[in-house]
Amino acid sequence: MKKNQQQTNEQKIYQDYAAKKEPKPPILLNCLKAFIIGGLVCTFGQLIQDFFLYNFDFNEQTAGDPTIAVLILISVLLTGFGVYDKLAQFAGAGVAVPVTGFANSMSSAAIEYRTEGYVLGVGGNMFKLAGPVIVYGTTSAFLIALIKTLWMQWGG
Amino acid sequence: MLQGSQSWKFVNEPVILSTGVVGGPFEAKGNVTKDFDHLFSDVWMAETTFEKAQTRLFEEASYTALSKINKKPQDMQFLFAGDLINQITATSFACRTLSIPYFGLFGACSTSMEGLALSSFIVDKGGADYILTGTASHNAATEKQFRYPNEYGAQKPPTAQWTVTGSGTAVIGKSGAGPVVTSATIGKIMDLGVTDPFNMGAAMAPAAADTIEAHFTDFDLDPSYYDYIVTGDLGEIGLPLMKDLLQQRGIMVTDAQCLDCGLLIYKSEQEEVQAGGSGTGCSAVVVYGHLLNRLKNQEFTRMLVVATGALHSPLSVQQDETIPCIAHAVSIEMKGVGNL
Repeated sequence: MKKNQQQTNEQKIYQDYAAKKEPKPPILLNCLKAFIIGGLVCTFGQLIQDFFLYNFDFNEQTAGDPTIAVLILISVLLTGFGVYDKLAQFAGAGVAVPVTGFANSMSSAAIEYRTEGYVLGVGGNMFKLAGPVIVYGTTSAFLIALIKTLWMQWGG
Repeated sequence: MLQGSQSWKFVNEPVILSTGVVGGPFEAKGNVTKDFDHLFSDVWMAETTFEKAQTRLFEEASYTALSKINKKPQDMQFLFAGDLINQITATSFACRTLSIPYFGLFGACSTSMEGLALSSFIVDKGGADYILTGTASHNAATEKQFRYPNEYGAQKPPTAQWTVTGSGTAVIGKSGAGPVVTSATIGKIMDLGVTDPFNMGAAMAPAAADTIEAHFTDFDLDPSYYDYIVTGDLGEIGLPLMKDLLQQRGIMVTDAQCLDCGLLIYKSEQEEVQAGGSGTGCSAVVVYGHLLNRLKNQEFTRMLVVATGALHSPLSVQQDETIPCIAHAVSIEMKGVGNL
C-alpha cells in the first residue's frame, strides 16, 4: 500500500484479506529468468564488442559505442515488430535493465504517439518513460561527483 | 417503479429486441467466438488511430443490432452509451454518424448495465418506443491511456486484466420477442482503499457484493431465484473475493451460479490475459452475445448481470488516490416459450 490516509477499520480488514488472496508474482522464478536472459543479453553485447575490437580499429574503451548502438538498433527493431513486450513479460528486469530497456521505452512511446503527430506526439512523448531515468540519473551522478570532489579536496 | 431503496421494477418488462456484438482479432481466438456477429482481423479496423478503431467498433455493433430488426438509426428515440477513453470521445464520434438523441455515460466497465438500466426505465415508463444502448472498448487505446505504450516491455503482475477489444449494443423496445428486462439495482460508490490499478478485481469486488446485497434486500429475494449471477469483469481475483463477501453477509451464492464475463471471454491458454478480461466492452460483448444466446436457447431462464466499474483515472492513481468502484445490476429473464 502507498500512503495510508485515514483508513476506516472496514478498509483495513478488506485490504488485509484481499492481500492474502492475491497471487504473488513468482519473485524467485522472475529473478532467475531476469538473471539468465539479462546475462545472455550482456554476453551477446560482449560478443559484439569483441567483433568490433578484433575486426575494426577500436580499443576496449571506444568499442563500447558501436556495441551500444547495435544493441539499441536490435531493441528498437524488436519493439517495432511487436516482439519486445512479449519478451519483457517473460524476462522482466533481464531486458529492462540493460540499454535495450531504455531503447524500448523510447521507441515504444514514439510508436504509440505517432498518431498525435511528429512534433507534439512523437517529440512530446518520446521521453515520457525515459525522462525520469535521465532526470534522476543526471541528478544522482552530479551529487555523487560533488561528494567525490569534496572528499578528494578535504579528505585526501 | 421504485422498489426498496435503490432499485427499479419494470412492470411492463421492456424487451431486448436485438443485439450487435463485434470483436477484434484477439477475441477471435477466445472462448465465445461463435457469439460474435463480426470479428475484425486487424486491431486497426482499417482506421488510422486506435481511438478511431474503437469508434468503428461501436458503429459496427450499432448498425448490426439495428439491421437485425430492419430498423434505422432514426427509428431510435434515444441512445445511451459511453466508453473508457478521455471524455468518451470514441462513443460521441460514433454518435455523429448515428445521429440519435444521445446520453453519454461514464461508468467505466459498468457502462453496459448502466445504459441497459436507464434505457429499460425510460422504455418501461413510456418515454420511448426504442432505445439503443451499448459500449465499446479497444485494448490498445485503453492501454495507451491508462497504462504504458503498447509495445513497452513492462512485466505485468498476475492480477492484471486484459482490456477487451469489442463492442456490444442492444435495442430495447416496448414489446416484441426476446429476453425481457425485469428489474435493476443502481449501485453506490464503494472504495475500500485499494490503490493498485493492476488489481482491479480486488478493488471492484466490494462494489459488486454491495449492489447484489441491495438487490436481494430491495426485492426480498433469495439468490436461488437466479440461475446465474453474472459479474462484469472481476476476474480470477475479484470473483472469489465477491463470493466470500456475500457469504459473510449471509447471501449464499453457489460457485456454479457465479459467472464472470472476464473469465468467460478468453481461453485459459491465452496467457496475456492474466487474471481475466476487462474493459467496458467485456460485459457488453459477453452478455449481449454469449449469455443472451444461451438464454434464448433456453439453457437457463434468469440471470442477474452485475457490471462493475473502477472509476479511477491515470491522474488520480499518480496522486495516490484510492480506486472508487461501482456496480449496477440488471435482471434479464426469458419468459415462456411463446416469446421465442
